[in-house]
Amino acid sequence: MKFGVLNFPGSNCAEDCFHVLDKVVNQPTRYFWHQETNTTDLDAIVVPGGFSYGDYLRPGAIARFAPAMDALKEFVEKGKLVIGICNGFQILTEAGLLPGSLIKNKSVKFLCQDQTIRVENAKTPFTQKFHKHELLMTPIAHNEGNYYIDDEGLAELEAHHQIIFRYASQDGTVDDSTNPNGSVSNIAGICNKSFNVLGMMPHPERNAESLLGNAQGIKVFESMILSFTNSGN
Amino acid sequence: MIKASVTVMLKKAIFDPQGMAVKHGLDSIGFKNIDDVRVGRQIIIQIDSNDFGHAEEEVKEMCDKLLANPVVESWSHTLELMQ
Repeated sequence: MKFGVLNFPGSNCAEDCFHVLDKVVNQPTRYFWHQETNTTDLDAIVVPGGFSYGDYLRPGAIARFAPAMDALKEFVEKGKLVIGICNGFQILTEAGLLPGSLIKNKSVKFLCQDQTIRVENAKTPFTQKFHKHELLMTPIAHNEGNYYIDDEGLAELEAHHQIIFRYASQDGTVDDSTNPNGSVSNIAGICNKSFNVLGMMPHPERNAESLLGNAQGIKVFESMILSFTNSGN
Repeated sequence: MIKASVTVMLKKAIFDPQGMAVKHGLDSIGFKNIDDVRVGRQIIIQIDSNDFGHAEEEVKEMCDKLLANPVVESWSHTLELMQ
């Protein structure tokens, strides 16, 4: 399975993602530059975290107009897998590939901490190596991670099981006290309706090796590989 | 030349954490009668045209496509002729 790591000016987690894909799950991986439009050699694309275009105007607002984004949309329409992490999630919402939007954390603070999240849907190409309601400790590092969607949009996400991760406590409780940033319904990650696009604020590439504390995040990437293998490739 | 001033605000229904922080700041320096504060963004655009109708259309398109995110933000604008 060949991965592309989309690299914008200001992306700063691209190398972490590259390392995990190349050296930890041992898959062929290359950078996919923001001016590039040819995705034919790629099976999945990671939109990494960082501060693309300095987060000017709104996080992801300017990245959305890069030539690579048109190619990414076509890639998604073909049913291929795309995961957006942190700034990558923000870019995917700005581009309309995922519903809702990410606004400033309720605390008005940049949050950089370990955070427990709970797997809400373990039947997606990104989570099939987890079990439902599995808890994982995954780092978050963001200023605009406060997921907003209106009531109607939330009902639709619920109805289609598109909420993939929720912020939780270490014993699995999900309520206001376990919500670090004010996100609607404690949402930490969502999929599109076709389940081939995932956006999440926590960084699974930062807990993909036991050397770094825990390796629970690796299962996100392993799930993607399993899904690719099972689809007959 | 036309000067367009665009103001982008979080929609009223959405809690504005920056506004709340500023409200607390004002309160701490003695302004006790503040009911609400909301923080937005102003964008000044100089348009090389004197055609107000055209400028109006362009500003609308700029806001819809880039300057505001319709999911969470609303915008308003004024146009004036620059001397």
